Amino acid sequence: MPKPAPTQQLIDGLLKGDRLALARAISRVEDDAAEAARIVRGVFAQTGRAHLIGVTGAPGTGKSTLVSALAERYRAQGLTVGVLAVDPTSPFSGGALLGDRVRMTGHSGDAGVFIRSMATRRGTGGLARASADAMLLLDAGGFDRVIVETVGAGQAEIEIASVADTVVVVEAPGLGDEVQAIKAGLLEIADIFAVNKADRKGAGRTVAALEMMLETGGAAAQTVLHHGQRMEMEAAASEADAEEGWPIPVLETVAVSGRGVEQLRDALERHWAWLEGSGARSAREGRRFGHMLQTLIQAEVLARMERTLSPGLRSDLVEGMLRRQIDPYSAAAEMVKKLSG
Amino acid sequence: MRDGQIRVLIAKPGLDGHDRGAKVIARALRDAGFEVIYTGIRQTPQMIAAAALQEDVDVVGLSILSGAHMTLCPKVVELLHAQGQEDVLVLLGGIIPDEDAAQLKAAGVHAVFGPGTSSSEIIAFIRTAMAGG
Ligand code: B12
Ligand SMILES: Nc1nc2c(ncn2[C@@H]2O[C@H](COP(=O)(O)OP(=O)(O)OP(=O)(O)O)[C@@H](O)[C@H]2O)c(=O)[nH]1
Ligand SMILES: [Mg+2]
Repeated sequence: MPKPAPTQQLIDGLLKGDRLALARAISRVEDDAAEAARIVRGVFAQTGRAHLIGVTGAPGTGKSTLVSALAERYRAQGLTVGVLAVDPTSPFSGGALLGDRVRMTGHSGDAGVFIRSMATRRGTGGLARASADAMLLLDAGGFDRVIVETVGAGQAEIEIASVADTVVVVEAPGLGDEVQAIKAGLLEIADIFAVNKADRKGAGRTVAALEMMLETGGAAAQTVLHHGQRMEMEAAASEADAEEGWPIPVLETVAVSGRGVEQLRDALERHWAWLEGSGARSAREGRRFGHMLQTLIQAEVLARMERTLSPGLRSDLVEGMLRRQIDPYSAAAEMVKKLSG
Repeated sequence: MRDGQIRVLIAKPGLDGHDRGAKVIARALRDAGFEVIYTGIRQTPQMIAAAALQEDVDVVGLSILSGAHMTLCPKVVELLHAQGQEDVLVLLGGIIPDEDAAQLKAAGVHAVFGPGTSSSEIIAFIRTAMAGG
């Protein structure tokens, strides 16, 4: 095997648009925390240009097909697109079968589209730990739009909201979706809803259900008796609306034929312009960086704990807990004290 | 050799739909702890090379039962080399006559696995090759 390329060479290459360098840099960032630090340090100043778009939703709703169709619509406008498609790592083998690409063919001759599959490894919330870094690299690599497809979200996999500028939640008719959206907390993170597979029966009902839920996100408009008089009470805008003033669109799409995908792209462009115009963009970016910092600090503290604490301490404390001599909170405090002292 | 997980692209070039072998191998490699990118059927050599580059894979595995291996395989190898991926391990499975296998190995395919090959044999081959053997 040949010697691996020096890190600086990968950084220089990816900033110049060398796609192999970009691909290799993403692998380094996934494999090695120290390399991730070096590479992100080398490219960070060149990031912040791309519109970062998260696409999430239940398994099989058509996320990959939709992302591919969306990339095509962006290309029609002359915009370049980087895609990060995340699939789960098997908890048993540590391996992964990354199949999103099967639905994303048709861009292979086009240097303006770059598709990368990523396994979650030890990441949580439908993303990998390296997802945010990989998005930075795609941004630095010069892509105008960076789209991340999460693992088919079951519940509460809302991590995507802390890495993207705009979140598209994909629903499909006949999934009992109205209940699902609420359960998963997806309603709160969606900037745009795409009701995909609109060629199927029941799409209209799904759209109506979502629109109704969005309206009742705060409290529904209702007629009340006020001092004996009938009065219309305005719906209280949901907190997100009050903060941001973006009316969440619910769009029908048919990813396999392309119907509605242009409208989805236009809605994304409108959201991007609105983020810029309203100042919400830097607010979201600030939140994103705060989240990144927290994640990195947690990882660093854990790593330091592994390095510095004697392996005996942990087992002693566990032993003490087994004998009910020390409770979990005190045991944790003990370890943290050792770490800072 | 990299410290991270081994990434494998499993691709099925050609116009036929014989994808059973490719899927069996993809799952077996996943279960052995590899990260497997599966591209689906009807891939051109250009599509396979583009995917191999973007995915930065260590291994490209081709599954060909249609008889078109003598044109498809050398093309994939050529494209990989042209784009700077000379170090990628190229494996071939499917219905490949022995004399063709010999010729393909001379053209840069590292190993050929016919019907009935056990997954463990393929896994062992990849592990050994990745360890620099
Ligand atoms: C099942 C089968 C089909 C199924 C395919 C179902 C599917 N989705 O895969 C169906 C019925 C659809 C089919 C159709 C046809 N088939 Co057919 N089919 C077979 C058959 C009987 C078995 C193939 C199979 O699935 N084996 C099981 C899998 C697990 O084994 P495998 O693919 O060989 O994989 C193993 C190894 O090869 C290796 N391997 C395979 N891929 C890879 C990849 C990597 C990276 C590695 C490391 C290893 C590896 O590991 C696997 C495990 O040991 C073969 C004959 C045979 N005995 O092989 C004919 C055969 C492949 N078919 C053949 C033909 C001609 C056809 C048709 C054209 C027939 C027709 N006239 O309509 C059509 C084509 C239709 C189309 N558009 O594709 C011929 C091909 C002739 C040739 N090569 O010159 C064969 C060889 C039969 C014959 N003797 O004539 N077929
Ligand atoms: N009828 C119909 N089928 C669609 C549509 N979009 C996607 N599909 C099909 O739905 C299936 C799943 O599509 P994917 O794009 O893989 O869905 P996904 O949400 O990415 O799936 P996971 O990543 O596994 O969660 C495929 O068979 C697609 O062809 C659509 O608009 N209409
Ligand atoms: Mg998908």
